[in-house]
Amino acid sequence: MASSVYLCLLRAVFLVCFVNPLIQGLSGDANVVQNPHHELEENLTGLPIVTFKWHHVQTPYLVIIWVFVAGLAKLSVIELNHHVTSVIPESGLLIILGFILGGIVWGAGKAQTFKLLPPTFFYYLLPQIILDASYFMPNKLFFSNLGAILIYAIFGTCWNAATVGLSLWGCYEAGAMGNLDIGLLQFLLFGSLIAAVDPVAVIAVFEEVHVNEVLFILVFGESLLNDGVTVVLYNVFDAFVALGGPKIDAAEIFKGIFSFVVVAFGGSFLGVVFAILLSLLTRCTKHIQIIEAGFVFVVGYLAYLTAEMLSLSAILSITFCGICCQKYVNANMDEKSVTTVRHAMKVLANGSETMIFVFLGVTAIDTEIWVWNTGFILLTLLFVFIYRIIGVFLLTWMLNKFRLVPIEVIDQVVMSYGGLRGAVAYGLAAMLDEDKIPEKNLMISTTLIVVYFTVILQGLTMKPLVQWLKVKRAAHSDLKLIEKLNNRAFDHILAAVEDICGRIGDNWWTRGWNRFEENYISWLLMKPKARRNRDYLFSIFHKLNLEDAVNYVSEGERQGSLGFIRSDEAANVDFKKQFDSEFTDVMPDIMVDMSNYELEIENVSVTSIVKDTIPSVSLDIHGHDRKNAVDDINAHHLLQQHLYRSRKNHRHKYSRSHFSINQSEDEVQEIFQRTMRSRLESFKSAKMGVNPAKKITKHHKKELTHKMANGHPDGTGHLYGDEVDSAVGSETGAIRGTFMRDMYTVGAGIENPVFLPDMDSPTHSSLPWLMETEAVAPSQRAQRRLPWTPNRLRRLAPMRISTCSTDSFLMADLEEHEEQPQTDHEEM
Amino acid sequence: MGSTNSTLLKIPNVEVLMQETGFSPAHIIRLHDRFKALDKEGRGHLCPQDFGAIKELAMNPIGDRIIGAFFSPGKEMVDFHTFVKILAHFRPVDKDRPKEPNSPELINSRSNKLKFAFQLYDQDKDGKISRDELLKVLRAMLGMQVTEEQLESIADRTIQEADLDRDDAISFEEFRKSLEKVNIDHKMSIRFLR
Repeated sequence: MASSVYLCLLRAVFLVCFVNPLIQGLSGDANVVQNPHHELEENLTGLPIVTFKWHHVQTPYLVIIWVFVAGLAKLSVIELNHHVTSVIPESGLLIILGFILGGIVWGAGKAQTFKLLPPTFFYYLLPQIILDASYFMPNKLFFSNLGAILIYAIFGTCWNAATVGLSLWGCYEAGAMGNLDIGLLQFLLFGSLIAAVDPVAVIAVFEEVHVNEVLFILVFGESLLNDGVTVVLYNVFDAFVALGGPKIDAAEIFKGIFSFVVVAFGGSFLGVVFAILLSLLTRCTKHIQIIEAGFVFVVGYLAYLTAEMLSLSAILSITFCGICCQKYVNANMDEKSVTTVRHAMKVLANGSETMIFVFLGVTAIDTEIWVWNTGFILLTLLFVFIYRIIGVFLLTWMLNKFRLVPIEVIDQVVMSYGGLRGAVAYGLAAMLDEDKIPEKNLMISTTLIVVYFTVILQGLTMKPLVQWLKVKRAAHSDLKLIEKLNNRAFDHILAAVEDICGRIGDNWWTRGWNRFEENYISWLLMKPKARRNRDYLFSIFHKLNLEDAVNYVSEGERQGSLGFIRSDEAANVDFKKQFDSEFTDVMPDIMVDMSNYELEIENVSVTSIVKDTIPSVSLDIHGHDRKNAVDDINAHHLLQQHLYRSRKNHRHKYSRSHFSINQSEDEVQEIFQRTMRSRLESFKSAKMGVNPAKKITKHHKKELTHKMANGHPDGTGHLYGDEVDSAVGSETGAIRGTFMRDMYTVGAGIENPVFLPDMDSPTHSSLPWLMETEAVAPSQRAQRRLPWTPNRLRRLAPMRISTCSTDSFLMADLEEHEEQPQTDHEEM
Repeated sequence: MGSTNSTLLKIPNVEVLMQETGFSPAHIIRLHDRFKALDKEGRGHLCPQDFGAIKELAMNPIGDRIIGAFFSPGKEMVDFHTFVKILAHFRPVDKDRPKEPNSPELINSRSNKLKFAFQLYDQDKDGKISRDELLKVLRAMLGMQVTEEQLESIADRTIQEADLDRDDAISFEEFRKSLEKVNIDHKMSIRFLR
């Protein structure tokens, strides 16, 4: 609390003391700007030690000051009392802050010089927001709902524009607005610019309100794609207004419709072209990885500007550029570049968004633009709201006939309420030509009011509305333990069955496209290294695991210290009993066992293996008092804390400020490792026979190796667990290139026809950062010594694996890397 | 993909299937597509490793149990009928369908859904969830930070709460009773299987 007060004070002081004189200085010296040098010479009486060179730095200084102020604004908004921020959305607060700032500037007596000029907005502030949105777009979700999104974007926007425009015109004709110099076409133009749902505002508000993923993607996707329609409508009506009423005939209207097709598809196509360009560029930057990150921004911006130049839809262009290049760029670039890009995008997007909202507030304090016409403004608000609701419900009703998962009524309500207008509408309004449209100021005023209304008021009430609409959930403390447990179990069950059923849209077309994409497009756009890893790492790794498991078991048995594999607890007991303290004592034994593998054994890793395989079992199980009330509370608390969360709740969420998937990655890793370990265990026990006490004869081992050599072990008698190691594959480290060859040429590897890149998530399979599947618990051998692996993945792997083995990997890895440069020859 | 009818005809006994499960032809076709996609070798039946190939299941703490639920004890194969029948458990309950007095209980009735969940806990199929089985489930669903003794205490309390006849195990009736308040239809239904 104190810090926020401090910050506010600081800002106020800063503004009043510093900015004011600057502004005064600015306007005062405006005329002398042309001759800064001469001025100096004129007044020179002696050598000036220090001069005040305002004119030199004027423009950039002002820009930076405003960026700085916007940053301070965001900071103070965040630091503000939590109560306030949880009620009013951040964007609303920023606008209000903009009001205050504008007021200060106005109070300084200066005319409003810091308006949000359309060129500034459209060329410098908007592109990065859209790029950020598209770069982090959950592609699978987007494309599976693309039909619905397009319907909303195209028909919804047209409907909004037409109805609002026509209704306003009707009311004007009925005399509700008094005397205005305005005609039907101008109303339609106004309708088209106020119709568009704004991506910036939508993101800002929906981030605070957590809605389900489908709803989010529908609104978000619609807000991104409706730019195509908006641009066309705006330009068409703008041209019509210029042409004048009489000249409009069927041909012109037809041209208008045709231009929509051209603008929308042209823009998208251009975006895809630039995405291809970007992917190819990142593919070629093997040796100079430091500039990779820059390319993303530059090419993205180029896409935007090029589309703007060709009068195509710039937002669509940059959107598709981001969407299409995601996968390849992330696969091709060095991991540091990827992180850089992600961070930088978030910074830029956040900054732009803040500035936009602050400026939206500042521009309000400008006495020149305000024209108040009660009828016009109120009717606009009313129509915008009503027609949005009608439009959404109508379209959804039609869509639900075709969708497999119908869109519920609650979602429709949220969708219609979430139709926020924002800065794009204002920008378009500000670009109107005053000569053609005399009532420009009225339109600007109305647009601003609509924007404030939707962002502040609707943003404010969105959260309570959502909560009010949802079914009330039982209070947590009332649930018994068994209910809590079962609730969570049901979540997991549902998630699993959903995964078994496959996602919606998993049909022939999707599979065909995936095949095409894997074979041809990835070949073109991805680095061969990345491609190879995507394909082979999975299968190789689990084979390694499998073979290691068998070998480890057999070796261990040979050495006689097999006990610890059978049961983890027993292992703990054994060690504790024999060695009494740390496991380092145990190391020599195990290391000796493994030395038969002819691998150099790094000192550090075995401890981690041992630690890793043995869960934290407490051997001292004291008797506990069942009736203890404290236990009860503890039990509930434990369940609350430690129950694994269901994946269902954490599917992709787009967030302006975070870019990890909204779930605990550690949790997912943990679950994954445990599953894999248990599968491996069941495989081992299946292989070695169920009875651990049985002496393993040579016959067994031969049979084992024989089985290995054959490929497929027989189907009889073993649990499903053993072959399931195919699922173990997800990309992480360590494959030695030559090893790979051995596996394939000798044919001794276990055939895993089951293992093809999973069709469910092709787009995710090469995004190790965004992928939910985390690292595999590497096999014992892999853990101890990681053979060469491609840069990025190798360094990634240790970071993903649970804490125990990280350091050992990194150390093992680093030494390896230097020794194995020859793998370059594997490149094409 | 072929026209609806031709694909439907390829599936044996499809009418019986639709009758039993209540799935519409469109759903049957979709599930059939999915079945074929999972059955990569085209054997006409699924084995555990086909399920195992679904990466997301590996990230589910009880994923392996659920895979096991598809396979009857001793069998290593799931054919399409069984596949659909098991998935039918997750159909949302048809509130509008009139209840015929003599018809067999629907697969997706509340009771059957509960039975499905019950058998996930009760691995040895003796009709009761013993303390050990509960412990195993808890172990799977709780993070590694929870120690054994904490687990045991949770298990004990859970059984205490639900166990009415004091036999230190949870029978199906006790299970059902303890979940009276839970909206099973909502929690165990997948919308797109309607």
